[in-house]
Amino acid sequence: MSPVVANLLNIVGILVFVVFGAAMLTWVERRILGIWQDRYGPNRVGPFGTLQIVADMIKLLVKEDWVPAFSDKIVFVIAPTIAMFVVVAAFAVIPMAPGIGVIDLNVGLLFFLAMTSLGVYAVMFGAYASDNKYALIGGIRAAAQMVSYEVFMGLSLMGVVMLAGSFDLRTVVMSQQDGWYIFPQCVGAFIFLMAGIAESHRTPFDLPEAEHELTAGFHTEYSGMKFAMFFIGEYVSVLMTSAMITVLFLGGWLGPDFMPPLFWFLLKTLILVFFMILVRGSLPRPRYDQLMSFGWKCMLPLSLVNLVVTAALVLL
Amino acid sequence: MNNKTAKKKTGLGYQIYLWFDYLYSTVVTLWGVLSHTFTKADTVEYPDEQPHLYPRFRGRIVLTKDPSGEERCVACNLCASACPTDCISLQKTEDESGRWYADYFRINFSRCVYCGLCEEACPTYAIQLTPDFEMAEYVRQNMVYEKEHLLINGPGKHPDYSFYAHSGKAVSGRQKGEGINEAEPVDVRSLLP
Repeated sequence: MSPVVANLLNIVGILVFVVFGAAMLTWVERRILGIWQDRYGPNRVGPFGTLQIVADMIKLLVKEDWVPAFSDKIVFVIAPTIAMFVVVAAFAVIPMAPGIGVIDLNVGLLFFLAMTSLGVYAVMFGAYASDNKYALIGGIRAAAQMVSYEVFMGLSLMGVVMLAGSFDLRTVVMSQQDGWYIFPQCVGAFIFLMAGIAESHRTPFDLPEAEHELTAGFHTEYSGMKFAMFFIGEYVSVLMTSAMITVLFLGGWLGPDFMPPLFWFLLKTLILVFFMILVRGSLPRPRYDQLMSFGWKCMLPLSLVNLVVTAALVLL
Repeated sequence: MNNKTAKKKTGLGYQIYLWFDYLYSTVVTLWGVLSHTFTKADTVEYPDEQPHLYPRFRGRIVLTKDPSGEERCVACNLCASACPTDCISLQKTEDESGRWYADYFRINFSRCVYCGLCEEACPTYAIQLTPDFEMAEYVRQNMVYEKEHLLINGPGKHPDYSFYAHSGKAVSGRQKGEGINEAEPVDVRSLLP
């Protein structure tokens, strides 16, 4: 197989897998939450309700794709595109298994951080263009939350970078053959998990869209496929955070030989996805100021201490 | 909490203790939710599976008959006046034996709130609520039940009770004073003891 064909297969395969997986995740999440809340969840459409996403898609596609007359129309349309684009683009640098992965950048980790940082534009543009007070409050919250979480998200990964000696994610995975980084970098992994949940706006850090206070936050005015893009973007973001933790802290595709490497990668990712659903199913949403003080007063010092201690140990 | 202890609890040590406290309660919460993985769902998948209804469930209203197979309802109108939504409507009439009964008896179930006050008001145990709620209709008019829809062929919750056996009213086959727990009627015009 020529490298061009292999690359195309990789790109299309990963794109389809990511988008379809994220769509499936909406059903998985509802079923899993149902199990944990002593009910069934969607189980009517198709076997075990697996065709629920088809029904949801039909519903979203035939819905009127309404752009409010009072909105800033161009920005309003661009915002969900950004939301979808940045998370899918960030997936490009994630190495899933030997030979599977879109691209191996030597600054892969920085590319990932850059793309997730761009994600805040989707939220802010969407909120600004909606011309709606709930959306505006959600957008402001998103901006403040992102600013505080980006900081220690990056810092928490520097320990891994120091241990691996590279920003290339494939190198990071290969350097974990002697032991996963979750053991020496457990604090970093914990902080990154928190930041990842905040990054994908999931409970308990879903203040930008807090439906009990802000109806739907930044996507209050969105409907139809534009809403679906925000929604799928969020789930791709969940997948991406899980995949990133797998790559950085859980040894990526490394595992016993009796299963293919891709299996181990997907298994670890899926367990982390389940954990994020569990977090959503059990933890309450903190108040806005509690969230900020938690970020700046607890997480940031913790990640700095982690960074300094790791650096000292690496130097010694 | 008095001021002294409040002052003590602002230091860095207390903050760190608080964070660990939050962390601990978070872990406990996560475990509590995770432990529900193997508990059975509470959902009753209704159309496929019938819910368990208790005997006192307040559902569809019926009119019962006494053990001899006669209608219990004496058309006293107490149910209609007790009804908070005024959904019961009836008219009294008599047969040739002297028994009172309802000429028509109509319940508009699209207004009924199933409160059970009619059952409580009924002096003859005629009107009763049953554990049945499957009364959906496509046409609202069909929610209005007439007497022939309401009457059932049995005594319902009080199988032995018969109003006219106690009532002290003369009906065919039984004169005043012949009922259960009834004394002979007193001749009010006589002065004899």
